[in-house]
Amino acid sequence: MFDDNKLNELSKNFDSWNKNKVEKAISRFPERKEEFTTGSGDKVKRLYTPLDTADIEYNEDLGFPGEYPYTRGVQPTMYRGRLWTMRQYAGFGNAEESNARYKYLLEQGQTGLSIAFDLPTQIGYDSDNPISEGEVGKVGVAIDSLKDMEILFDGIPLDKVSTSMTINAPASILLAMYIAVAEKQGVTADKLNGTIQNDILKEYIARGTYIYPPEPSMRLITNIFEYCSKEVPKWNTISISGYHIREAGSTAVQEVAFTLADGIAYVDAAIDAGLDVDEFAPRLSFFFNSHNDLLEEVAKFRAARRLWAKIMKDRFKAKDPKSMALKFHTQTAGSTLTAQQPDNNIVRVAIQTLAAVLGGTQSLHTNSRDEALALPTEDSVRIALRTQQIAAYESGISETIDPLAGSYYIESLTDRIEEEASKYIETIDNLGGAPKAIANGYIQKEIQNAAYQHQMAVENNEKVVVGVNKFVVEEEGKKDLLKVDPAVEASQREKLSKLRAERDNELVDNTLNTLKSKAATDANLMPYIIDAVMAYATLGEICDVLREVFGEYEQTVIL
Amino acid sequence: MDRPIRVLVAKPGLDGHDRGAKVIARALRDAGMEVIYTGLRQTPEQIVAAAVQEDADVVALSVLSGAHNHLFPKVVNLLKDEGVDDCLVIGGGVIPEDDIQGLIEAGVEAIYTPGSSTKDIVGYIETHLKRK
Repeated sequence: MFDDNKLNELSKNFDSWNKNKVEKAISRFPERKEEFTTGSGDKVKRLYTPLDTADIEYNEDLGFPGEYPYTRGVQPTMYRGRLWTMRQYAGFGNAEESNARYKYLLEQGQTGLSIAFDLPTQIGYDSDNPISEGEVGKVGVAIDSLKDMEILFDGIPLDKVSTSMTINAPASILLAMYIAVAEKQGVTADKLNGTIQNDILKEYIARGTYIYPPEPSMRLITNIFEYCSKEVPKWNTISISGYHIREAGSTAVQEVAFTLADGIAYVDAAIDAGLDVDEFAPRLSFFFNSHNDLLEEVAKFRAARRLWAKIMKDRFKAKDPKSMALKFHTQTAGSTLTAQQPDNNIVRVAIQTLAAVLGGTQSLHTNSRDEALALPTEDSVRIALRTQQIAAYESGISETIDPLAGSYYIESLTDRIEEEASKYIETIDNLGGAPKAIANGYIQKEIQNAAYQHQMAVENNEKVVVGVNKFVVEEEGKKDLLKVDPAVEASQREKLSKLRAERDNELVDNTLNTLKSKAATDANLMPYIIDAVMAYATLGEICDVLREVFGEYEQTVIL
Repeated sequence: MDRPIRVLVAKPGLDGHDRGAKVIARALRDAGMEVIYTGLRQTPEQIVAAAVQEDADVVALSVLSGAHNHLFPKVVNLLKDEGVDDCLVIGGGVIPEDDIQGLIEAGVEAIYTPGSSTKDIVGYIETHLKRK
């Protein structure tokens, strides 16, 4: 990008600045640290100049928004056209309570829904299963059957909102329920907008809500890809998630690398199942974390876009530009929130919001200040949403596209993250791909090492966490935390026994038997799951039928 | 004791957040203890069976899903039912202040919340063992 002569001159000037100014300054005032690093531990230089970006070719490496390689963003006008979707992840207790929270959030100006399910729902157990004891309604809403889903979306027109559902192992069942509720509202599936997380690989790596072994799990995922490409064309069929990988302790580079390696595995699986890459790839979406190191995070998002575009084009020979554009949702980093001085978390979230927006996210969830203590209260959620609105309407960062591009530091960091993530992907390729690298524990081990190093750096005061290892105050325990009513569990159980008494049990048995026999073939299971859901078979019953055919995943315990 | 302290680090319930459990397991190991980690999704019954089988001096429970009030006391009570009365039970996770007293009264001897230092946990275990 720069003239060679000018670069030579710059290089000389740089050396003389170092010798004459910097060395003198340091001799009088030493720098604060011997070595400066990013949040992920990569070395940061004192100053970045055109010397660091000399190799960048604007047209090839950056290009224009909405064009390959999408470094600068996936849409031609970005936030000038439409702001990102403000989408707060919410759900707790029963469907009635969660429905009220969604309506509150929509009234407050939120523009999309994001459904949190409780752990029994995510792992395919009904609320009355003994294993669900103590967990019903705790980290999300309890959904046992289509009945609950009807209540959850009561009064919310599904052709008007877009809904993201954090559901993985039983994603096909919740999607089937969503399609069924829409049908009852008179909304056809082709009008539905939204996303299911549907990313099982990161469940094995970092999040833990797996049910079935990898092979049948990947089959369910490709069944969804295929079904949606025909019946629910606007649906994002997967949200390939780095979020939880980062929460588990990975670095920014590892977050990009392991997420894209998972993405490669899904594309491989779909192609192996006979799908054409451009038939499903435009509906793939991603989900990243936004951490405290503002500039590293911005570079991370840009690097992820560029690297995915190259992978789709070069490795998978995609032709449709939409197959190459990495769209992503972002959530601010839960693991950076402190239980100490919880109001400080508002500021952390604000910085992480800037990173996500400067990085070109398509949608954003901002965490609430009290999430290191409990589920957030309504007041805390409102502040979190207002943080996004202030960034959007007052800060000016959404008025021009990719405003940090061209910064010597940002561009050089974008390059470095792409390069280091590519090396990881190569290692994973050599291990036989992400599923194998998970099975042998390689990916988990890398993340655990990073998590441990971070913890030790905090404990040795090499890394400062304000309020935790520096600027500590004596404080009283925080009151006014949200409590989930323990009566939810009993009321879900009652609802279930009523449902089982009232529904057409012969129809339930028939649909479940059909599903079971189809599961043993290589048929697409979506239509049979929809039939079972419509007959009011419960989530646990449907998952159990599939457990009988598929078996259950055994975790590789790595320490 | 003439052998290293044996700790069972366990994840009761359906919660999948194991970053904390694994970091602590490793820190305890680095501090010279013998550590067994159960992996995810253990029932209180499985945890107690493992504690008995491994002859654990300490059971360290981790829950971030909000199910601690149900799961922690259950482990303590099942240990008692098994006649184990000299095993130190501690817990950690996203645990609201209001719940801590109740858990301690139920027999979980110490509760660690986000921001806790592994050094403090090591120190606590070394000084509060019930078996000498």
